Amino acid sequence: MYRYDEVDHRIVRERVEQFRDQTQRFLAGQLSEDEFRPLRLMNGLYVQRHAPMLRVAIPYGHLASRQLRKLAHIARQYDKSYAHLTTRQNIQFNWPELARVPDILAELAEVEMHAIQTSGNCVRNTTTDAFAGVAQDELLDPRAYCEIIRQWSTLHPEFAFLPRKFKIAVSGSVEDRAATQVHDIGLHVVRNEAGEVGFKVIVGGGLGRTPIVGEVVKSFLPTRHLLTYLDAVLRVYNRFGRRDNKYKARIKILVKAMTVEAFAAKVEDEWLHLKNGPSTLRDVDVAHYAAFFIDPDYEQLSANPPEFSSKLAEEPAFARWVERNTRLHKRAGYRSVVLSLKKTGVPPGDISAEQMDAAADWADRFGYGELRVAHEQNLILPDVRERDLYEVWQLAKSQGFATPNIGLLTDIICCPGGDFCSLANARSIPVAEAIQTRFEDLDYLFDLGDIDCNFSGCMNACGHHHIGNIGILGVDKNGEEWYQITLGGSQGSHTTIGKVIGPSFAQADVPLAFEKIMTVYLEQRATGERFIETVRRIGLDPFKERVYAKHH
Amino acid sequence: MQSIIKDGQIVQDSWQILRADAEGQYPAVAADVDVIVPLAQWLADKAVWQARSGKTAVWLSPADDPQLLAADLAALPLVAVDFPAFTDGRGYSLGRLLRERYSYAGELRALGDVWVDLLHYLWQVGFNAFEIKDGKAIDTALSGYDTFTERYQSTHREPVPLFRRRVTSL
Repeated sequence: MYRYDEVDHRIVRERVEQFRDQTQRFLAGQLSEDEFRPLRLMNGLYVQRHAPMLRVAIPYGHLASRQLRKLAHIARQYDKSYAHLTTRQNIQFNWPELARVPDILAELAEVEMHAIQTSGNCVRNTTTDAFAGVAQDELLDPRAYCEIIRQWSTLHPEFAFLPRKFKIAVSGSVEDRAATQVHDIGLHVVRNEAGEVGFKVIVGGGLGRTPIVGEVVKSFLPTRHLLTYLDAVLRVYNRFGRRDNKYKARIKILVKAMTVEAFAAKVEDEWLHLKNGPSTLRDVDVAHYAAFFIDPDYEQLSANPPEFSSKLAEEPAFARWVERNTRLHKRAGYRSVVLSLKKTGVPPGDISAEQMDAAADWADRFGYGELRVAHEQNLILPDVRERDLYEVWQLAKSQGFATPNIGLLTDIICCPGGDFCSLANARSIPVAEAIQTRFEDLDYLFDLGDIDCNFSGCMNACGHHHIGNIGILGVDKNGEEWYQITLGGSQGSHTTIGKVIGPSFAQADVPLAFEKIMTVYLEQRATGERFIETVRRIGLDPFKERVYAKHH
Repeated sequence: MQSIIKDGQIVQDSWQILRADAEGQYPAVAADVDVIVPLAQWLADKAVWQARSGKTAVWLSPADDPQLLAADLAALPLVAVDFPAFTDGRGYSLGRLLRERYSYAGELRALGDVWVDLLHYLWQVGFNAFEIKDGKAIDTALSGYDTFTERYQSTHREPVPLFRRRVTSL
């Protein structure tokens, strides 16, 4: 994984000192609230319902064990011994004290971490496939480019004050696991006819109030032109994106207003001036960053060693966990393990300090000291030998990490909602828990199969509800919490925005509505058909009829 | 006279800025004062402005197109960009365009909601003069230049980005 050199360290240290000075001037009354707000947001600090919330960047979801131990330490020393993993592969602390935030940042800097641009109207943390580098279907390891983009976007002097936040995602695999089509910029690794590697550039996707699937503005961008092209897109957005209405300020609105053809032409025109300039990547530059992401010293192993397959045969519960919570690895005899943070009764994505320490230890003991954060808000051990899986499973169980529900209905992507967030219209955590409780029967849950359930507490859509196969949106009706259900959304290579099925539900009625929807699915599904496929085939009407039927 | 920051020093400055009043009217400008006029005023009456005994410079608002000024840049003693709110970042792109695309080499001044925390970025994209907003200290604003000692990107001040210098220095 990437390691800081002296310059990276210096930049982060200087940012910590700058923020310490800004915080002190704010507390001393030399910076007004209006002046301090954008400055603190650009350093990940929100003011929430109970306390400030600090969001710490985990660049493209990559985490070293020593970094996770530091996060555990911060959770204990400065917070209430837990933190929350976000859909941008970041981590946030809900209870720090404003005056101590600079000290937290200084501690983070010791382990090459920071909170730079985790919020505010600037380029946010670049995200990618949580299985980058180990996935079986990878075309190109995207991580060198993610790091190049991270550095390019960090404290970019021209783009510190954009019209609105700006999110970039990169996918290097056949199946897009980075939701690139709902990002301001999505980059897809592709090969052209000559076999050259480049990016397909998708612009103007996004969720929020106006969910839009991004459109292709450049079907093949040679990798060396990545940064000059990003500069061109950002410059067009910075100059022409709307600033009069924050709900119309994202780049997706600009692209729609201009039409994608006109937008692409404008970018092309800008790019002609920047193309082949000093930000052009030479092979040697890319090689410098790629060298940080070379494979660890994997053992030569065969797949399915006897000690693994015998346990699979003996213990159905283990087999079930392997089926749902591990992923095939590019190297035989290895798997990636997903540690589920979706246990019923625990807010989705929340992780305790004790769990962080335990996972860090397992990363060292069973892997190469690395972990990943998935945008689905789970933690991943990327490199575990199959022969060690049984032991990892038992350890994971002991820490409440082994709920075998990855990709199932109870693996809910969920924002913190009204319990924490001051933007939320409704609470998400108790409703998510009620759904998890309703579907706790594992046989039933497994029978339902792959279902993405995404939950947002307001239309800012941090829980990505639009692209859930089943989505929930918290809405406010005259001061009461209500919940709207959408069906048919999906992420990945066939990204679709879900449709609202009808009037919203009171909190207590959401689990029953879910149950009715699942009953329709079970009745209607063809053999082997996943939930989303059935929804696409039969449409929304059968679900609506059942859910809104008058009681007999 | 007012104090501004120019090329890293606090200096006295006598340029006046022509801004529309609340009704959108522009006050009369004496023939002998040095004045910075809005782009539209400049384009409308270029010859009149040039005939004055005082010097005339031009300021851009964030929505202005710097290309409209391209032909005049070589002869202008000063170009300014207004930042009506510090969160409006369009002026940073204008700065780069003026310097890098239109090769403007004269004084480039930031006006408006400008204070210490913004100086570093403004300097990097090409501004070399800063009118610090009323109520903000000018003497401590000088420290804004040095907030960061290094940057990742290609900027006007350091066109070769860090990634290239890293590899070259290996």
